[in-house]
Order: sequence, then structure tokens, then C-alpha cells
Amino acid sequence: MDEIRMNLLKEVADLDALPVGAYNIRENGKAAGRNTTANIDIVTKQDKPGIDIIIAPGTKKESVHIPVIISQTGLTDLVYNDFYIGEDADVVIIAGCGIHNCGGELSQHDGIHTFWLGKNSHIRYVEKHYGEGDGSKNVMNPTTIVHLDEGASMEMETTQIAGIDDTDRRTEGDLKAGAKLEVREKILTNGVQNAKTYFNVDLNGEGCSANVVSRSVARENSTQFFDSRLNGNAPCAGHSECDSIIMENGRVTACPSLTANNIDASLIHEAAIGKIAGEQLMKLMTLGLTEKEAEEQIVNGFLK
Amino acid sequence: MLELKHVGYVAEDDTEILSDVSLSINERFVAITGPNGGGKSTLAKLISGIYMPTSGQILLDGIDITHMSITDRANLGISYAFQQPVRFKGLRVRDLLRLAAGKDTTLAQACDYLSEVGLCARDYIDRELNDSLSGGELKRIEIAMVLARGTKLSVFDEPEAGIDLWSFQNLIRVFEKMYEETRGNILIISHQERILNIADKIVVIREGKVDRVGSREEILPGLLKSADTGNTVCDLLTQKAMS
Repeated sequence: MDEIRMNLLKEVADLDALPVGAYNIRENGKAAGRNTTANIDIVTKQDKPGIDIIIAPGTKKESVHIPVIISQTGLTDLVYNDFYIGEDADVVIIAGCGIHNCGGELSQHDGIHTFWLGKNSHIRYVEKHYGEGDGSKNVMNPTTIVHLDEGASMEMETTQIAGIDDTDRRTEGDLKAGAKLEVREKILTNGVQNAKTYFNVDLNGEGCSANVVSRSVARENSTQFFDSRLNGNAPCAGHSECDSIIMENGRVTACPSLTANNIDASLIHEAAIGKIAGEQLMKLMTLGLTEKEAEEQIVNGFLK
Repeated sequence: MLELKHVGYVAEDDTEILSDVSLSINERFVAITGPNGGGKSTLAKLISGIYMPTSGQILLDGIDITHMSITDRANLGISYAFQQPVRFKGLRVRDLLRLAAGKDTTLAQACDYLSEVGLCARDYIDRELNDSLSGGELKRIEIAMVLARGTKLSVFDEPEAGIDLWSFQNLIRVFEKMYEETRGNILIISHQERILNIADKIVVIREGKVDRVGSREEILPGLLKSADTGNTVCDLLTQKAMS
């Protein structure tokens, strides 16, 4: 692979070489490499672009990497990936998309990921979106839909730190009894970038819980919109948090919404938007950092 | 040695907070005390560069630092423990200690600083400096940061606040150890008799002016006397009663 491709893989999936275990690499809208294991099968869809990832019941300590890289300017890529997680399985799934756009046209990747988690299964799902190059525009619209069966749990870590000019991120979930969903989103926008992020979680089963935490930094003239909806339809616990730092002319709108349809639904939302506190900068400056270094430390720590 | 020459500070709303403060600080422990609202914390902020004096001159080892930035003063050897420590979402105790002590600090050294202030390093080193920490815990981490810097001048603004679960004796031991290691000057703003008791020099600031300066033997008996008689001239009594 050339340097651009390797760099994209490193950025989105932390890969220096082909991964160990199951993987599927998609490059410029086409399959560029695949490996399956005894417990993890990857099958190309026949009716639309994308793959099915099938994880056998009871699979433990395995991982799946499914990075997408786009280095061709002007490419619009739409992909449907479905994940079937067998009962009692416990795996790590690393997704992510990197765009290197050096042409003058728009490059776009829309990934629709749907997860079916079997009873008592657990996954850690990590996705990272990254853009680079001096092309006209990089767009990514990731959609994640999760269906959690009884006792299933999912930890989702989603990050967009650089180079995505426009994004419309949607995450939807429905949870049965005892299921647990943890989402941690980190977004940094700068320039004139625009990020919209929507969460809609239906807490349908007794004792299920969701925790949606978004931390973001809007710099320069960028804008962000955060919309989080938790619907408590059973005795359940839901917590959502939107915490944003605005810098220069950055703008953030947070629209949290909680709906309790059951007397034993317990739902909490926290939202905070503000600039870096002057006393935080001062404290770090008393340790010998310049104002700019202090700002970097605070932003990096916040998004760590 | 820190020297203040005729230092004054007028706030943005034209209120005069400090006027004509002249002091030299070259002792091991110097305590600044006096009534609330008298200008003690402002003085600490003028020394650390958070506020700029509106008149007068500040010298550190003969170098004029009057108009230097906070960063430049820090790099010249001034540390400042805030009266109300700052919280940071995402930054961990180990990050702050590393920033304080320098990049080459090992994890073991960072842990030592925490142990010095009576915190179990294993429990705290990876904690974020966020709302999950109590005021007292933050206060001790604040002291640990100054300890980690080991500079020639360390300024503490009411370090005793919130250390109820710890002991004054330990706090004093930290100051003593800091002096042994840095041989620098330690300036402590405090109302606490036990802290004033270790001071080599006591400065009383009242209504924005230096009211009295002298050795502990010269100043402390007078302060305690006025406090015990309920004299409003000094508010030490209220602080003593609270401890």
C-alpha cells in the first residue's frame, strides 16, 4: 500500500499493517482485502453495497477491523454494513473512514451500520472519521442503528477530530430488558466545518440503561448541532450529556430531549456550552505554559 | 529574593485594592495575614502575574518582573497555589503533575508528590480534576503541583482550607520539606495560628496597606491578643473558632 493509504489506515483504525483476526478493507468503493476466522464471517451483500459481519455465539477475545479509505477525489461512496453478534459473544469492532482528497471535487462516504446484538453479548465498537488533503470538500454521514437483545451491552466510541467539512451523524438504538448502551462521542470542528449529530434511543425493556456522552470543541467559524433524545418506555435509566467548548467564532446548539413513558423511567440530561475558563488558562500558565500551549492542553484533555 | 517597591493596584472599577506596598521577602517562611478583604489575595496575584500592578515595581532576584506575563514569571521561578483550585474536565492528576514538574518526570516521581500531600497515589494519579474530586482533594493536588515545580518562590493562598482530614502538622511538614529541597522562599497567606507559628516573618495587610511587618515573635502575640479580646481590628478569632 502507498503512504497515503497507510496513513489513512493508521488514522482511522490505528493500523500499521494488516490487522490480526477478521478484517475487511474497503478502498475507493471497492473491496481491497478481507480475512475471516472460524468464528467471524464476512459476506458481501448481493442486493446493495456492503457486507454482513456474522459473529458466532460465544465468540470471545476476537476483533474485527472494517476500515474504509477514500483517496479518489469526487467519489461518493454509500455502504450498508450489518453486524450480527451471536449470544454471549464478546468482541471488539474497529470501524472508521479516512478520506484523502487532493482533487477539486467533493468526496463523500455514507456508512450505514446496523447492529443486532444477541442475548448477553457485548461489543466495544470504535469508529473514527478523518479527512485530509486540500480538495474541495470531505463529507461523511455515518448512521449507526443498534438493536440490543436482553442483557446485551454495547460501548460505542466515535471520534471525528479533523478534516471532515460536513457531517450528519445519526445514532439510533432500541434496548430490551437489562441491555446497556454506552456512547462516547468526540468531535472537533474548525474552519467553516459543520457537524450535526443526532441520537435517538428507545429504552424498551425493564432494567435497561443508556448513557450518551458527547464532548465537542467548535473552533474558528465552525458550527455544531447536537440533538439527543432518550425515550424511557419501561423502568430504565437514561443519561445524556453534551459538553462543548467554543473558541473564536465557533457556534454550538444543543437540543436535548427526554421522554418518560413509564413511571419508573429515570432520565437525566446535562448540557454545558462555554469558552475555556480564564482561570483554567491562568492555572496552566502559572505552571510555565504559554496561553496557546495551555489552550492546547485543555482542548486535548477534554477530547481525550 | 522578592522585592515589592511601592506597589499599588486599582481595580477596573477604580477601587483601590492595594496602595504603596513595599516588602522584601527573603526568609524561609513568610506569612501574610490580616482581615478578609484587606488585599492579601490580590497581593499574591500581583506577584504571580495574574494581576498587573497599576503602580510600583516588583523584583525577583533583582530582575524587574513588574510587567512580565504569568508564563514568564513561572519560568523565572514563581509558583502559585490558588486559593480555589481550578477543575479541568479531561485532564488527569498525572497530566497536571507532569506539566508542573516537567516532561521528564517519571510516574513514580509524580506519585511521590501525591504521597507527600497525603493522597494515595494509586487512587488519584489517573483521576480527572473534575467535579468528582472534593474541594479538599483538589487543594492537596494544588499543593502537590507547587511541590512538583520546586521553584525559588512558592506562593500559597490559604493552603489550610479544606484539609480537615489531613493534619496541619503534615501541611507544615510539606512546607519544611519544600524548603529543604528548594532553599527558596515560601510565602503563605493564612489566618491560621498554627501556620503563623512557623513563619520567620509575618506581614499584616489591612485595608490595602502593610499594617505591620516583623518576626513571628514581634507580630504574633499582638495578633492573638487582639483576636482574644474580640477586637474587630483583627479577624483571626473567627478563623480560629472555625478550625
